[in-house]
Amino acid sequence: MPKDERRADPDALLAGLGPEKEHGRLTVFLGAAAGVGKTYAMLEAAQERLAEGWDLVVGWVETHGRPETEALLAGLPAIPPRTLSYRGREFQEMDLDAVLARHPALVLVDELAHSNIPGSRHLKRYQDVEEILAAGINVYTTLNIQHLETLNDVVAQITGVKVRETVPDRILESAYQIQLVDIPPEELLQRLKEGKVYVPGQAAYALRKFFRPGNISALREMALRYTARRVDRQVENYMRLHGIAGPWPSGERVMVCISASPFSAQLIRTARRLAEGLQAEWLAVNVEAPRRSPTSEAAKDALSRNKRLAEELGAEVVTLAGDDVADELLALARARNVSQIIIGKPLHSKYWEILHGSVVDKIIRRSQGINVHVIPGKVGKEAGRDLKGPAPRQGVGAVPAVSLIPHLAAVVLTGVVTLMAAVLAPVLGLVNIAIIYVLPVVFSAIRWGTGPAVTAAVVGLLTFDFFFVPPVLTFTVNDWRYLFSCAIFLIVAFLTGSLSGRFRFQVESFRQREHRTAALYALSRDMAAVSDLQSVLESVTRKVAETVSGRVTALVPDKSGQLHQAAADPPGFALEEDERAVGAWAFEHGEAAGRGTGTLDGAEGLYLPMRTAKGVHGVLGVRPDATDRALPPEQRRLLEAFAGLAALAVSRIQLAEQARDAQLLAQSEHLRIALFNSLSHDLRTPLASIIGSVSGLLEDEKVYSETARRDLLQAVLQEARRMHRFLNNLLDMARLESGMLKLNKEWCDIQDIIGVAVSRMGDPLTARPVKIDVEPGLPLVKADYVLIEQVLINCLDNALKYSEPGSRIRISARRRGDRLEMAVADRGIQIPPEDLDRIFDKFYRLHSPRQVSGTGLGLAICKGIIEAHGGTIEAANDPAGGVVIKFSLPLSSDAPELVPVADEAAANPRGSQPDAGSGESWQGNEGGEHGG
Amino acid sequence: MEGKTEGKKGARILVVDDEKQIRRLLKVSLTEHGYEVEDASCGGEGLKEALTYKPDLVLLDLGLPDMDGLEVVRRLREWSKVPVIILSVREAEDEKIAALDAGADDYVTKPFGMGELLARIRAALRHAAGAGTEPVMAFDDLVIDVAHRRVTVKGQEVKLTPTEYELIKNLAAYAGKVLTPRQLLRAVWGPAAENETHYLRVYVGQLRRKIESDPSRPRHIITEPGVGYRLL
Repeated sequence: MPKDERRADPDALLAGLGPEKEHGRLTVFLGAAAGVGKTYAMLEAAQERLAEGWDLVVGWVETHGRPETEALLAGLPAIPPRTLSYRGREFQEMDLDAVLARHPALVLVDELAHSNIPGSRHLKRYQDVEEILAAGINVYTTLNIQHLETLNDVVAQITGVKVRETVPDRILESAYQIQLVDIPPEELLQRLKEGKVYVPGQAAYALRKFFRPGNISALREMALRYTARRVDRQVENYMRLHGIAGPWPSGERVMVCISASPFSAQLIRTARRLAEGLQAEWLAVNVEAPRRSPTSEAAKDALSRNKRLAEELGAEVVTLAGDDVADELLALARARNVSQIIIGKPLHSKYWEILHGSVVDKIIRRSQGINVHVIPGKVGKEAGRDLKGPAPRQGVGAVPAVSLIPHLAAVVLTGVVTLMAAVLAPVLGLVNIAIIYVLPVVFSAIRWGTGPAVTAAVVGLLTFDFFFVPPVLTFTVNDWRYLFSCAIFLIVAFLTGSLSGRFRFQVESFRQREHRTAALYALSRDMAAVSDLQSVLESVTRKVAETVSGRVTALVPDKSGQLHQAAADPPGFALEEDERAVGAWAFEHGEAAGRGTGTLDGAEGLYLPMRTAKGVHGVLGVRPDATDRALPPEQRRLLEAFAGLAALAVSRIQLAEQARDAQLLAQSEHLRIALFNSLSHDLRTPLASIIGSVSGLLEDEKVYSETARRDLLQAVLQEARRMHRFLNNLLDMARLESGMLKLNKEWCDIQDIIGVAVSRMGDPLTARPVKIDVEPGLPLVKADYVLIEQVLINCLDNALKYSEPGSRIRISARRRGDRLEMAVADRGIQIPPEDLDRIFDKFYRLHSPRQVSGTGLGLAICKGIIEAHGGTIEAANDPAGGVVIKFSLPLSSDAPELVPVADEAAANPRGSQPDAGSGESWQGNEGGEHGG
Repeated sequence: MEGKTEGKKGARILVVDDEKQIRRLLKVSLTEHGYEVEDASCGGEGLKEALTYKPDLVLLDLGLPDMDGLEVVRRLREWSKVPVIILSVREAEDEKIAALDAGADDYVTKPFGMGELLARIRAALRHAAGAGTEPVMAFDDLVIDVAHRRVTVKGQEVKLTPTEYELIKNLAAYAGKVLTPRQLLRAVWGPAAENETHYLRVYVGQLRRKIESDPSRPRHIITEPGVGYRLL
């Protein structure tokens, strides 16, 4: 449906034009530079139109002598050009009047940007075209992107070549269709080298300079982008889908400067709109400069709110520290290739700006090549006042300005210096004494900030004047030069004072940031180490509880979306019902709630949403021990950062879980397919021979000789047994996997098990030389008899399958420490070393030159059974040839050694014979080798 | 319709199995081997047939639709000593042992070979007829002379401890029939030892070393995995 709507759109638009219906349609063949083949493309299209039966003529086409282009032109009817003479030379131009008189359906006009020879009706060719269009004639034309008026400057900046022939944007904008003609820069350069690009003789050098790969790429990009913007939504979607319109390598980048001002939010939104329109990345930058940084906690809060807003809207948030806001901003803008800067119109008074300079002015003045958007603020009076909150002078330095103590200290310090100076005066002389007075100023500045430094300077100056400058003990000054010295002294004192003050401020803000970073780093490190949700939440609550000293809990939604307390510190901390409701509110609205937030303020705890761009993942609940209702904003910001980090970790884990699920799904899918293949092959093949043999025997009983009948019946039996084995394997595997396998452990004699397994294998094995090698005196092992027998059978089956008929198979059992080790060795083909582990995988089959039929389950079952027994199984290539599969079972320490003799009195009237001494007929247990 | 082997002619066999194809197979094959065969498709019907048909042997499937095969054995044993051979699948070792301990005489695992089944039937019928009490029993080269407490292998006397002798004597008394560990332990060590299966493992191992030419490939004392032992 929407497709149809879109398709109908241009037609509807045209229909709506009404009286202008007669207006011709302009089709522009747009290229990045000369030589991309615009004219060629236009002529090709014209040929097609001609073939469709259009009435078209060539108004003006420049082939520049290219044979391919001329060939295309040949079949097209043309209106001969008009010849004009200018300054004694003959020039040819399109015959506009002839075109209008001829009134075809379509006319081709090459080089839209061309300037006509003086004496023509219009100065520019596009004006001719406009006239033709107005006459209701459709026009095909060509244009290079650099000729577009608005891009002209940009082109000049990129290429260093100023283009004088320009076409107004409106022409292109009103075009019915824009056909982009595009070839890769390499190809264009190649064509240039081959002389296929028209280069007028006199300008050859300049144009060659113009044709540099960088320039061409830039122009090409512009052409592409222009077209992309211009064409309809469908094309745009297509390009977006195919990544063509994605961030271009030299794409736009928007930077917005933010501060604590509420007006910054507006800037951030503007920046986002712009970035979206340009499909550009964007940065939100805050510069922490001593004079302009927020000092009040409310302002700091506002700043972090603004940063969060930017982050949520998808900006990369950058915080810089430096003295000069404009310098820092521009340096970052250059470093990050920012093309658009958005900054707020300052709300300072003119006076303030004269004093401190305007950041906006500075940025605009130095923003070569970067567009600067100055956005006027739309804030009320109150907000405006709030904005001035971070007043320039107020509160630089953390010591409250009201405190008199630092000032007193500065005075005392000056007094001490005066005493020292008085003692040393005879030795030092006046100049040196003056220098000594700088000391209390600098010290006060470093220690207490600018204010006390100023006090120290003034007091110092007065004392110096009073005690040392002649006439001594008066404030009068004889020599006017001393006034000069005093002025210098004051200036130096002020400068040092304010410098050190600023330094102090920076140190303070670095320290705070460092503290925050350290706490966050510690948390993120903790969280990186854990990979399950529970541990992350526990780590967060523990860390937060450490940082704010209080009780902390993390609430996350369960599967049904109901919030529950997933972690708490201290562990027993449980929320009351109404507190939980506050948490739920924070979760639903994605905003902080509870204590000190203005929302549900009566709550005991503060509830912060753990939020990422994907949504709210949970709530961090904090109940500080402090009795203060409101949390210090610095701490609150830290908590918000914690919540943000936790949210990231939670979403990371959720993603990891999704990925894991997907992988498991893929794995089980893989297994399912393997099982399917196995089933269809291993059940069908034997069934085919069974059905074939039996139906043959039933239908044509007389045909078969006695031997043939026997053969067929043997085959049936063999195949049926094979199916039986396969089924048993599948069942075993299913039991192992479903955890239904129950070990029925009892005391087993391993030699007994070997014997049973060997006799169970029957003919195929007895046809082989089999060496059984059991160490004498092996203890009983506690195991599931039937399952261990199955393991041996599977190993033997495997050995039979992968070795030549008649080759030897060896079974051995021995004691190795506290384990019983068994091995089945064959002389068959070896396994590639990298596959030694994989042979225990389900459905793994060795590529064997022999046609081996099997399920690929046998060894996987062995592994499952042995591991269920607490044993190990491995495969190794025997250096002497063949493969050994070894498995071990743990021998329990309480293996029964002594067995009571039978109820001898009843059974044996002749009296008992000592059991241990019965070994005279003992034959040992060396295995015999049996030929096949 | 003449039996091809020496099977006890005319012995009446009752087949109780819910699978029609299995009943058909058994009926055809056993009739060909000279037995008279009647069949029942469930436990209730089987018990009724046992009463009216009076079979010489019952082939009983453990998985019946109406009642547990074990239950059938128990009810049958309340009034009859007719030999019962259990038909069962591989995974059901516990059920087999339970049925054997409840009085069944032997078992065959499905799918089974006909030769194996016939051998079991013959052994069970022989025991029911009071065999196994001869003073001298021969199993190829193994001869057990109960009267003189002598065991010879290839004519050579083998010295056995009294316990070993008791064990082989009990196995020989039910030659060809499977004996569960519980049955053997009870007979040799007394009722108190009936759970001490490791006694049996040790003594069977010792016996095999004395009477088998290759104890790793026993020909006389055969282990029925998970169920018990059988002397052949």
